[in-house]
Amino acid sequence: MSGPEGTPGQTVGPFFGYALPYPGGDTLVPPGRDGAIRLAGRVVDGAGAGVPDALVEVWQAGPTGAVVREPGSLRRDGWSFTGWGRAATDPTGAYSFTTLRPAPAVAGGPAWFAVAVVARGLLDRLLTRVYLPDDPDALAGDRLLSSLPDGRRSTLIARPGPDGYRFDVVLQGDRETVFLQHRPGHPG
Amino acid sequence: MIPTQREISDEIASLDGAAGAQPRLDYPPYRSSALRHPRHPAVVLDPEGVELASPVFGPRDVGELDADLTIQHRGEPLGERMIVTGRVLDGRGRAVAGQLVEVWQANAAGRYIHQRDQHPAPLDPNFTGTGRCLTGPDGSYRFVTVKPGPYPWRNHRNAWRPAHIHFSLFGTAFAQRLVTQMYFPGDPLFPLDPILQSVTDPAARARLIAAYDHDVTQEEWCTGYRWDIVLSGPAPTVFEGTGR
Ligand SMILES: [Fe+2]
Repeated sequence: MSGPEGTPGQTVGPFFGYALPYPGGDTLVPPGRDGAIRLAGRVVDGAGAGVPDALVEVWQAGPTGAVVREPGSLRRDGWSFTGWGRAATDPTGAYSFTTLRPAPAVAGGPAWFAVAVVARGLLDRLLTRVYLPDDPDALAGDRLLSSLPDGRRSTLIARPGPDGYRFDVVLQGDRETVFLQHRPGHPG
Repeated sequence: MIPTQREISDEIASLDGAAGAQPRLDYPPYRSSALRHPRHPAVVLDPEGVELASPVFGPRDVGELDADLTIQHRGEPLGERMIVTGRVLDGRGRAVAGQLVEVWQANAAGRYIHQRDQHPAPLDPNFTGTGRCLTGPDGSYRFVTVKPGPYPWRNHRNAWRPAHIHFSLFGTAFAQRLVTQMYFPGDPLFPLDPILQSVTDPAARARLIAAYDHDVTQEEWCTGYRWDIVLSGPAPTVFEGTGR
């Protein structure tokens, strides 16, 4: 380590609801748009209860698989796809995004969303991936998924759902989501 | 039984000094963490695809005035007017330029405008307590606001949070996403606060505390604080304190 020491995280606390969510945050594309899908689910605690004070963020490639370099996520114009969205959970712990299906970053690989989660009671942000279930061969060849024990792999794979996909973020317990830590030494 | 501060402080003391530059996710003194921390350690991976980048924000997202929390209403908010400024750097010390910084905070009386905040301190009709800015080419950010008050919460009996400003930041890669809190120097509530103390390494804890900076203070106008933020992102250690 030659660089400066990192600033620690802290919980988002209970009072972010008037600060971080914003109109259109969960609507990466309008629901009626060609190719629009829904990515929805719940954030669940170790007792199986929904977490009503969580925030879920998605960051994803678009239909070409390339990284999107388009501003405007905070004030959407209804046309530009920015690849990033933010949704607060509702009183039952449910979240929902309207977006486009991400294409794989590499041909033949699996498609996934990068996801960040914060909540009251959670002392640092968590990162994970939400894989699309559609291409079993691509999932089978994925480096991260292959490295996981059988019981945990499926926690990262979305299920088909109404108009798109379902994915629950399980913070703790038997079906605890696999959370990720990125290895250092990469550009960026 | 609702624990006392003494009981919470004893728990804090028993966990203090453990290695870990990030908060322990499993930190019993912060009662709300009990069912909300993963028990498995995070799985380490090489970032790929979008994980090597961050979303882009621009002038369309954030206006010039969004960084001044004292001009969002007809009148001026009550309290100690101040500037909070600093630089956002990545783990190699390079400026994070043009990125989004979001802040939110209680008013000078320690009250959030959030409807869940039931603290019987006055709301200020001239203060919302939210701000945004984009970092400059040198990674700098700057907010004008009033100093937030400490406030009570219900973690334990007679529990009080030290004054703080919540920060949300993006870096140049997805793993640099940071949500944290900035504190003010010399607050007597530091040792009592399980959220700050969840960072058990004292040197790391100190990195959450701003410095008073007289060069930022403006004559006849406001005080100034400086706080640099390092988005180390990919950290060299695995999660601590997974409870096993
Ligand atoms: Fe707070």
